[in-house]
Amino acid sequence: MNVSFILILLLFGTFATYLAGDKFAKTVALFFSLASVAGSIFILNQHNAGIDESFMINWISNPNIYIALKVDGLSLAMLLLTTVLTSLILFSSFGNNYNNSKSFYALVLFMSFAMVGTFLSADAFLYYIFWELALIPIYFIALIWGNGDADERKRAIVKFFIYTLAGSLFMLVAFIYLFQKAGSLLIGDLYAIRLTENEQFWIFAAFFLAYAIKIPIFPFHTWQANTYQMSPSVGTMLLSGIMLKMGLYSVIRWQLPIAPLAAKTYMDIFILLSVIGVVYGSIVALKQRNLKKLLAYSSLAHVGLIAAGAYSLSFDGLRGAVLQMIAHGFVVVGLFFAAEIIERRFQTQEISEMGGIRIQDNKFASMFMIVMLASVALPSTFNFIGEFTLLYSLYNVNIWFAVIAGTTIILGAVYMLKMFQHVMLGEQTDKVFKGITIQESVVFVIIIAVLLFFGLYPKPINDLITPALQDIVTKINKL
Amino acid sequence: MNTLIAISGLGILSLLAEIFNGRKAIVPITIIGLLAILGYNISPYNHLGTFYNNMMFVDKFSVAFTSLFIVVTIFLIALSHEFYKEQATKISDYVAIKVFLLAGAVAMVSFGNLSMFFLGIEVLSISLYVLAASNRLNLRSNEAGMKYFLMGSFASGIILFGICLLYGATGSFDLMNMYQITHSVNYPQWYYIGIIFLVIGMLFKIATVPFHFWAPDVYEGSPALTTATMSTLAKIVAMAALYKISILLIPTQTYSFQMIIVCVAIASMIVGNIMALRQNNVKRMFAFSGISHAGFMLMVLLILNNSAGVLLYYATAYAVAGIAFFAVVLYVTKGKDNETIDLFNGFGKTHPLLAAVLTASLLSMAGIPILSGFFAKFFLLNQVLLSGWTVLVIVAIISSIISVGYYFKIILAMYTKDSEKDLPNNIPFIYQVVAILALVINIGLGLYPSIVYNLLG
Repeated sequence: MNVSFILILLLFGTFATYLAGDKFAKTVALFFSLASVAGSIFILNQHNAGIDESFMINWISNPNIYIALKVDGLSLAMLLLTTVLTSLILFSSFGNNYNNSKSFYALVLFMSFAMVGTFLSADAFLYYIFWELALIPIYFIALIWGNGDADERKRAIVKFFIYTLAGSLFMLVAFIYLFQKAGSLLIGDLYAIRLTENEQFWIFAAFFLAYAIKIPIFPFHTWQANTYQMSPSVGTMLLSGIMLKMGLYSVIRWQLPIAPLAAKTYMDIFILLSVIGVVYGSIVALKQRNLKKLLAYSSLAHVGLIAAGAYSLSFDGLRGAVLQMIAHGFVVVGLFFAAEIIERRFQTQEISEMGGIRIQDNKFASMFMIVMLASVALPSTFNFIGEFTLLYSLYNVNIWFAVIAGTTIILGAVYMLKMFQHVMLGEQTDKVFKGITIQESVVFVIIIAVLLFFGLYPKPINDLITPALQDIVTKINKL
Repeated sequence: MNTLIAISGLGILSLLAEIFNGRKAIVPITIIGLLAILGYNISPYNHLGTFYNNMMFVDKFSVAFTSLFIVVTIFLIALSHEFYKEQATKISDYVAIKVFLLAGAVAMVSFGNLSMFFLGIEVLSISLYVLAASNRLNLRSNEAGMKYFLMGSFASGIILFGICLLYGATGSFDLMNMYQITHSVNYPQWYYIGIIFLVIGMLFKIATVPFHFWAPDVYEGSPALTTATMSTLAKIVAMAALYKISILLIPTQTYSFQMIIVCVAIASMIVGNIMALRQNNVKRMFAFSGISHAGFMLMVLLILNNSAGVLLYYATAYAVAGIAFFAVVLYVTKGKDNETIDLFNGFGKTHPLLAAVLTASLLSMAGIPILSGFFAKFFLLNQVLLSGWTVLVIVAIISSIISVGYYFKIILAMYTKDSEKDLPNNIPFIYQVVAILALVINIGLGLYPSIVYNLLG
């Protein structure tokens, strides 16, 4: 068994879910999703035992293209993140009723398939295909099952689609160019070619366009808030929890090692853009009246910090980025799930129409608070480790970057606590908040357990990703 | 050579079927006949080489494209039976014209003599004029036929004029002779003028900017199946013929010639895509989308050395996506006065299967991965970038992004709007079969692109 098995499993699960019919779709989807988690853990064990589970066959002989899947610490971490979060997201949606749910859950599994493929691919062409494939299901999920005014939603989602597609097409041009230099698109061959500084700059810029839109980095973020708000919560969780990690992962895996010279020369500019995103996201979040939009902007701030860390090109920066990617994935799913729980009961996303929930449901309030505090990087949570490492790496580049980016923690605390105050505390409104169900609390318990466990003991993840990242750092510094 | 004879014979046979009262059998028999010809065409019995004093010149290129044309024609004829249901008495004419059209198409890719080429182009064009005007009680169809005839015959005249100049310069219609003359001895300057006239005439047939004005009107007015024939079959035929002419008759590509191609390609991609954004009529939109695709295909003329495979792949991808698209459009626009996008409202709910097929073929044309349209663009841009025309690649990418805008207009209409009245779900079986088969070919080509791409490698 090798890693391609997980992809086949998820693809098969997609069809099985669709064929299972509306009634059983979600159970079947969850089953396949959990099976993929089991598969990932098996691969993890094999990897730890020193068995290489990579997979490679020739797909198109002319031009030379392979189906190549690579297993190393980095891709494994992302694989686990994707499969575990997909299962959580699927489980969290059990409280909702979607019409035509067989298509809905099939699309979710298909998206998981595409994202896993993106993280595993070691051939740029295959990688690009998965990268684009992931866009199709989320487009339909957001479009058909989204909320809000239909015309507004259509505009937001189409904007999102065209934005991301536009960015990635430039990445495709860069890959075609690289293909002509290297004669193959295997990641090893791409690492090996030596490009002039000018070439590297254009390659780097083309990649940057694709990734900056996906992550999103300021000023390419304008699609984000509306799309997050309009999507159904499952879509929002998939987008913010996993999909934007595709961009960050690609920065580490593809952009930096292929064009290291450009990355070094223009490092300040890219860190600056990311840090602007941090401050901008935090300030805009302060002003938001819509809960999902507030969370979207807070997410913008957090991923800005991750991108800044990755662009610092140091080992600490990359490590912090990966740790924070995982931590942010769990936290953001938790936060959007909390928003979804409230929306299920109050039928609103407006903060002003909420309040007094703590009095009615103590348990939910405390779980929400833990996740919320994790998102503002309270020590002993996983996010603290991530953000601390990231800020440390920025400090090594330029102390001012660290100082400015550090405001995210302060501002984050301000808007998060303010939001918590308005949403959960205060007088009881006339709306009744039904206590959360066991199903809902299970999702929270898992998220909190992960956040606290790795917050106190990050060594397993650290050990997993360190060799792969060291490899990449040496490639960046190969000159 | 025998392929062409067999196709012509099949056309006569389907005319005769009328006399023997075999109207019902006509479509199945023609399809079976075409399948047999396809089998012969790709079998080793089909000899390559020259025939009849170099009138025909059959090589791998012409065999591959002939096979593609036959496959596309099979799809088009399969759609005929249902489409012409109300005019059942005329079915043999319609089918026969389509088969003759195919004969013209085959002549256009396997000519060895420019007179044969002109014969092919006229057979193809006259068949299309007739088909465009075939709905004789409909004013728009008449207008389309007339417009197409006037413009098309003018273009034929220009082509003929170009051929005359070539004859004057080389003293021969024979491609072999001309090839030898242009590659060895000196020849008069008006040879190039002749080439330019010939290329202009072909650019008209392909519908590229600035020779595209007929396309939207004619596409809109013609019966939908004729639009399908024009946009899929006729376009790729003309493109393949232009490719063959360029490779055989243009001894050296001067920079200014390349510049012309680049300008026409860029103009076609930009104008086609931007105009398509503004259309509310599906057929007109497809016309402009076809113009932009013509701009894409035109790029192969810059990379003549090893791009026959690229052109074949692109043409196949474009044709199968177009067939699937029209199989659905034929059903949706049936009995309607116009073909606005509103007709697709709520289609995703009432006809989930066909909506999915249509979505996939639109995504293929937009160039989304795993569907063949993406690979077509990838192979093409790969070669173009290799030849050094980076600007062209950037324009192609930008126009691809624009194209997503209008392809998604239909997808949005299908999935987000509700239909005003309930469409009964009685899709003709044959439309479903054609649509799904075309989609399967589309995906198959995406999964195993080497099958087609390496044929002419």
